[in-house]
Amino acid sequence: MQNAFGEPQQVLLLGGTSDIGLAIVRAFDKSTLRRVVLACRDIAKGEVQAAALRDRCDVDVVEFHGEATDGHQAFVDAIDGDIDVAIVAFAELGDAAVSSADAVAAAHLCVIDFAAAVSATVAVGNRMRAQGHGAIVVLSSVAGERVREANPVYGGAKAGLDGFAQGYGDLVAADGVHVMVVRPGFVHSQMTNGMKPAPFATTPVEVAKIVVAGLANRRRIVWAPKVLRPVFSALRHVPGPLWRRLPLQ
Amino acid sequence: MARRLLTGWGRTQPAVADVVDVLDHRGAAAAVTSAGDRGALARGLGRSYGDAAQNSGGLVVRLAASASDVVVDVERAVATVPGAESIDALLRLLVPLGFFVPVTPGTRFVTIGAAIASDIHGKNHHVDGSFGSHVKSLDLLLADGSTVTVGPEQSPQLFWATVGGMGLTGIVLSATIRLIPIETSKMSVDTDRVPDLDSLLALMTEGDDDYRYSVAWIDLLAKGRHLGRSVLTRGDHACRGQFKEREDPLTYGPRQLVTVPALIPPSGVLSHPAVAAFNELWYRKAPSHRVQEEQSIATFFHPLDGIGSWNRLYGARGMVQYQFVVPMDRDDVLRQVVQLVSARRVATFLAILKRFGPGNQAPLSFPMPGWTLTLDVSSAVPGLSSLFAELDSLVLDAGGRHYFAKDACLGPLAAKRGYPRLAEWQATRQAADPHGRWQSDLARRLQLLG
Repeated sequence: MQNAFGEPQQVLLLGGTSDIGLAIVRAFDKSTLRRVVLACRDIAKGEVQAAALRDRCDVDVVEFHGEATDGHQAFVDAIDGDIDVAIVAFAELGDAAVSSADAVAAAHLCVIDFAAAVSATVAVGNRMRAQGHGAIVVLSSVAGERVREANPVYGGAKAGLDGFAQGYGDLVAADGVHVMVVRPGFVHSQMTNGMKPAPFATTPVEVAKIVVAGLANRRRIVWAPKVLRPVFSALRHVPGPLWRRLPLQ
Repeated sequence: MARRLLTGWGRTQPAVADVVDVLDHRGAAAAVTSAGDRGALARGLGRSYGDAAQNSGGLVVRLAASASDVVVDVERAVATVPGAESIDALLRLLVPLGFFVPVTPGTRFVTIGAAIASDIHGKNHHVDGSFGSHVKSLDLLLADGSTVTVGPEQSPQLFWATVGGMGLTGIVLSATIRLIPIETSKMSVDTDRVPDLDSLLALMTEGDDDYRYSVAWIDLLAKGRHLGRSVLTRGDHACRGQFKEREDPLTYGPRQLVTVPALIPPSGVLSHPAVAAFNELWYRKAPSHRVQEEQSIATFFHPLDGIGSWNRLYGARGMVQYQFVVPMDRDDVLRQVVQLVSARRVATFLAILKRFGPGNQAPLSFPMPGWTLTLDVSSAVPGLSSLFAELDSLVLDAGGRHYFAKDACLGPLAAKRGYPRLAEWQATRQAADPHGRWQSDLARRLQLLG
């Protein structure tokens, strides 16, 4: 059960080696947290992260493959005890030049970043609707807010996920489930390693702080950093010809 | 049966359950025996602050109450009352007959079942003990749908496990309780304005035993030499002829004056400056020393009940009430807590100090001889979670504990440390409910069921 501050006792991190996901786990109150389940593609990498978390709580590392959507429900149902918070954090950025030129690569990115994330959210959502409480943190991206030519497949998949999560959140709210969409900007992490930081770049720790506060406040959408909300509400309305000339691409 | 989003009075942890309204013990038995693996729980008037009356994903049973089912034995000063009956309805019936409930909390909107399940205490704890000590017997609906009568003499183990058992042994269908005879419906109240905490503790230690009722309000925003300045009110039921009687001396008809509207800004209206201003005013308006003031029962016992849905004042984030007790000789911890809360400038609208008398046999009963402090804080206050964690350690290290009916923040370890007889209670409970049918969100959060 979560306490009055929205602090969970059991957390499921889908994408168990995600920098942002792990930072969120670390941002939760240590004395409340009892168990974390790291769902990872690569067990060995997951174990490395688990070892670093074990001073806080029990950690289980379980093999999980995003694209294997057939198994998502069974995977979630096999977890013991109430899942208080689930974080849908797995994603691939891919090589934009490849994914926007290769049909197979494009479809693969859509499966991981959209279809699998939707499937996992629904699987967790079913579990939480039955238990009558819980929160799902869906990691979207500002890349989906207005999709840029620099990375249309990733941006498009995130746009789809973002839209789904909002509608789904409204659907399951009556069942006591809180879905929170997180829209980070550029985050310094493994995923963006070697890339040139965009304006308002942030860190996983900063994103995690915003997520934890958002959960306590039962916010439906949070931006990280917060300034991206006004920035993107302006960018969303920039006329196309000007948008395409902006140095964001 | 309807799926409904429920919260406690603090409005902090919404969770959905199947709520079923039943008319009698047969309906309750049918509901409980049909419960799924997330079990069932009785819910009264939803006044516990946290998740004690919630059972997310499971069944929540609400019993209908009928005041006509109350039987009062005037000769023996006892009453047999349905578990779902509220203290509000009971007082409306009893006061004109010249009786008062043995214990009332700060609200009269509490059912008799909940009063037993939380083993509630009131301003008279130092003299009369908690509610469970005044129960002669009770009818309990068990997990298998059968009914059993228990009391201090009959099945005392299950009886004392039910007192303070947070509804996790069964549903209290009815209870026979002892009453306090009264001559009038008025209270005779002495008020003292106390400049600091040390003077307050001294005053309460010396004088509390001369009064049946005693409680102090503390201004936790005061600092420095004003730290712990407070208003102490003590009193008893007024005798016949003590005050000028304009009407029948047992007239009783409390009214709700206003209701807080649903549309309150999300952050609430109890900001730090607002609370500071209120506290200043409250302290200054209190007389430095006044004796034998005439007050109504509602003014003395249930002042907040005059404002409907006052919990809305805290806004959408809700509030938490933090109540703990530390042993009498650990007033040093009490001082530390008051200093910490004052130093952090946490806006506590209501801070109440009470000196407890001896506890009772119930393994999970909250009161023990000592000091109990209660604070109401908006849960949106930054850093509150870590402040409470600090307070938790102070309280538990001193051999104190927290009140489950108020709690919304603790974890399993704090429950175990605060209630060393938890395992004994679990064994009794397990024997009465081997399949774990009675469940609650509080029990899940604190791992009360083992």
